[in-house]
Amino acid sequence: MISLSAYLILSAIVFGLGLAGIVINRKNVIILLMCVELLLLAVNTNFVAFSHYFHDIAGQVFVFFILTVAAAEAAIGLAILIVLFRGRKTIDVDKLNTLKG
Amino acid sequence: MNQLQTIIYAIVLFPLLGSTIVGLWNKKISCRGAHWVTTIGVAISFVLSLYLCYQIVFAGVPTYNFNAYIWGGSGSYQFNIGFLLDNLSTTMLVVVNFVSLLVHIYSIGYMREDDGYQRFFSYISLFTFAMLMLVSANNFLQLYFGWEGVGLVSYLLIGFWFKKETANFGSLKAFIVNRVGDFGFILGIAAVFNYVGNVDYVSVFNIAPSLATQTMTVFPHTHWSVLTVICILLFIGAMGKSAQMPLHVWLPESMEGPTPISALIHAATMVTAGVYMVARMSPLYEFSEVALSVVLIVGATGALFTGILAIVQNDIKRVVAYSTLSQLGYMVAALGVSAYAAGIFHLFTHAFFKALLFLAAGSVIIAMHHEQDMRKMGNLRKYMPVTYVCFLIGALALAAIPPFAGFYSKDAIIEAIHHALIPGASYAYYCVLLGTFVTAFYIFRAFFLVFHTEERMDEHTRAGLRESTWVVWLPLVLLAIPSAIAGIFLVGTILYSPTGGLLGTSIFILPQNNVLASLAIDYHGPLLLALDSVFSLPCWLAVGGIFVAWLLYIKFPRAPAYFVEKFSLIYKVLLAKYGFDDFNQVVFARGSLKLAKVFFEVGDVKILDHDLVDGSGRFIAWCSANLRKLQSGYLYHYAFAMIIGVLVLLAWLLW
Amino acid sequence: MNLAQIFTDLVFFSFAAILVGSALMTIISRNPVRSALFLVLAFFAATGLWILLEVEFLGLILILVYVGAVMTLFLFVVMTLNIDVEEQRSSFVRYLPFAIVIVAMLVILMVYVISPGHLNPSELTTTGGQPVNYSNTTELGMVLYTDYAYPFELAGILLLVAIIAAISLTFHGKGNNKTQNPDQQILIRREDRIRMVKMQGDKK
Repeated sequence: MISLSAYLILSAIVFGLGLAGIVINRKNVIILLMCVELLLLAVNTNFVAFSHYFHDIAGQVFVFFILTVAAAEAAIGLAILIVLFRGRKTIDVDKLNTLKG
Repeated sequence: MNQLQTIIYAIVLFPLLGSTIVGLWNKKISCRGAHWVTTIGVAISFVLSLYLCYQIVFAGVPTYNFNAYIWGGSGSYQFNIGFLLDNLSTTMLVVVNFVSLLVHIYSIGYMREDDGYQRFFSYISLFTFAMLMLVSANNFLQLYFGWEGVGLVSYLLIGFWFKKETANFGSLKAFIVNRVGDFGFILGIAAVFNYVGNVDYVSVFNIAPSLATQTMTVFPHTHWSVLTVICILLFIGAMGKSAQMPLHVWLPESMEGPTPISALIHAATMVTAGVYMVARMSPLYEFSEVALSVVLIVGATGALFTGILAIVQNDIKRVVAYSTLSQLGYMVAALGVSAYAAGIFHLFTHAFFKALLFLAAGSVIIAMHHEQDMRKMGNLRKYMPVTYVCFLIGALALAAIPPFAGFYSKDAIIEAIHHALIPGASYAYYCVLLGTFVTAFYIFRAFFLVFHTEERMDEHTRAGLRESTWVVWLPLVLLAIPSAIAGIFLVGTILYSPTGGLLGTSIFILPQNNVLASLAIDYHGPLLLALDSVFSLPCWLAVGGIFVAWLLYIKFPRAPAYFVEKFSLIYKVLLAKYGFDDFNQVVFARGSLKLAKVFFEVGDVKILDHDLVDGSGRFIAWCSANLRKLQSGYLYHYAFAMIIGVLVLLAWLLW
Repeated sequence: MNLAQIFTDLVFFSFAAILVGSALMTIISRNPVRSALFLVLAFFAATGLWILLEVEFLGLILILVYVGAVMTLFLFVVMTLNIDVEEQRSSFVRYLPFAIVIVAMLVILMVYVISPGHLNPSELTTTGGQPVNYSNTTELGMVLYTDYAYPFELAGILLLVAIIAAISLTFHGKGNNKTQNPDQQILIRREDRIRMVKMQGDKK
């Protein structure tokens, strides 16, 4: 029998990989967005696991909403990315430092 | 509103109205319009004040004290605009208005060709208003209002010819020295308010005897009578305004203003405000022997020593100005021995003959094309007979030759001091006694130098010499008459009347201080008094002064130069005016300049500007320069910061 | 340990391994297209795990929405933007130790949290399969349209806003497309288009 801990540890690992992706990727904004998806996936897995083990459907409702938000985020994120690329001809993270103080 | 109320409103407001009209529309209004509006305003005021004086003093209308409206309030305290109409204030109203009216008329001629003609008339009417408010006030605050008002106009008028550097200097000096006095004055008023809780004369005077027994601590471990402190503080104000030593230094400088101003403000009215004030506060001063003593000594010292200074002056107006200082000293000394009536009486007569002397000097100055140096005059009697006679009358009155007005008042002062018993009286007696000799000497020195001796002016000036126009000499004549005879008619009523005389109950004197009452026993009418005095010491001294002046300047014209050489040290000291000016210049002016410089360089430039103002800017810039390093603009740095945050939060939750 | 449990364990671990492996490949792959494809694989693995947890509806949604829509979008964008692949990842190794330390710390912390010392062990094992006729979709729908009706509406609005935002962000304006302009069409006057020409021939 798979315990809840197994799922939680698994999603913790996936979450960590997502974060690591954000930190080590210095070239491509698209990969950053993918890492964000990974993070969300890890969180969703957590919700699903808790929902299953505690017999509480609310966790799945949350996942439902998170999926909605994630879809919206992906759409807008990619739209911004395209606008960005149009303006600067690059999506290199190292070159996106207009906010530098 | 009863009749008296209407009248006093009209008296104070008509000059203000004239001043406002001329002041606000001075471009629109012509020169004729300007002097008509103001002169008529003051004339109405004068006539009404004559009527008021008649009502109060002679027709037996009781003293009238009322509050017009509430000026301001704070908590349970309230400050009123109010008027106290009694013998003292109404007679002062008459004197102020009379001199002011004559000066208005005289200025029509004197200021004729001046650019600031309208401005001038606006100022002198404003001055009249402020002075009337001062004398008719029924509380300290309104007194202070008038006090500052006349000070302000005095400043404006001394600096009237503001393109002249000396005039600007003089006006500033007058203003600053008066600030010193006024600071004492406002402290005195504050002390009154503190201990009485009210600034109305009546309530303060009622409580005065109990104040005399209270003590306060001015410096640690010292106990001062509250009343003495109040009186001395108020007297410091009077010292500033009435130019008593050592705050007298501004008055000679004030002669930079137009001559009518010297007559109006700096001889007849404003400088007597201090004398009036002390007389008005007689119920306070009477209970403080220390304060009276201070008043007496300051006054007597000024009377003698500023008189001596007049001897070495060559500017005709300065001679008269120093004479004013000296005569103010007499008045103040009279107050010091509780001879308030004598002081006020001398104030009246002095107002007449000093205004006369000033206006006569002004007449001479006009004729000499604004040349004021007596060494360039001489033998003017040939050209200006009316001025000559008027000046002579003024000089005789000033020198206290019987039976001219000055004699009666000054003689009373000297006698009163002679009979007084308070500490310092004997010193004061010798001061004023010698003062009579000095007075006679310097004024006749000026008189001889200007009107006798050989003609020392240049050809061009001599060709233009002629008697002034009627607007100039009419006031002279009008002033010469009271200067000659006012004493004879008023001495009885003011000084020696058993019912209190002209000043009546306005003045309060403790029985043991009442020297005038003891003098009254020997009084048998003005003419007998004059005859008597022919054999008295002051009169001989005065005549002696005239004689010496005649000897030195007519008989042996080379003698003064000899004496100057012989006593060059004394002469230098006198020329330096005992060093008051230099002392002030070095210690106060330069000292405060240095102090200000220190504050400016250290306090302002270094601490405030550099350290605090610029420093805060620099600090912010430094902080931001360091903080901006955090804002790298790279996404992963922000993400990294977030992760660190999550880590810390997690660790903290688990702890 | 019966056969079913072994099977369950087997399924879980294989899917977990695929998930972790593909996630790792996603972040270290040089080519963004390959990253996207590995992410798709990760989603498939996650779907398998979710279905193992009897969350069938959401698992399928994950495939439909993510793989079908979002990841397609990603791939589409990656291929649209002509990114020079060779230049990528040059600084990859430099930041790797950094990332490992940070991530390791985070993972350790999280594992520490979910270790038995902190979570109640009894709760961790309370499980039991759903009944045979259990319908995950029905259950979720029952709650979603009753208790969570308003959030559901909000989510719809959010998606609408996202659509509008994405369009308005990327929309160039109608510069080079061939749409018709109705207001200009109806403003046309006859005189602008027709010129009457008198010919010599038709005399009256």
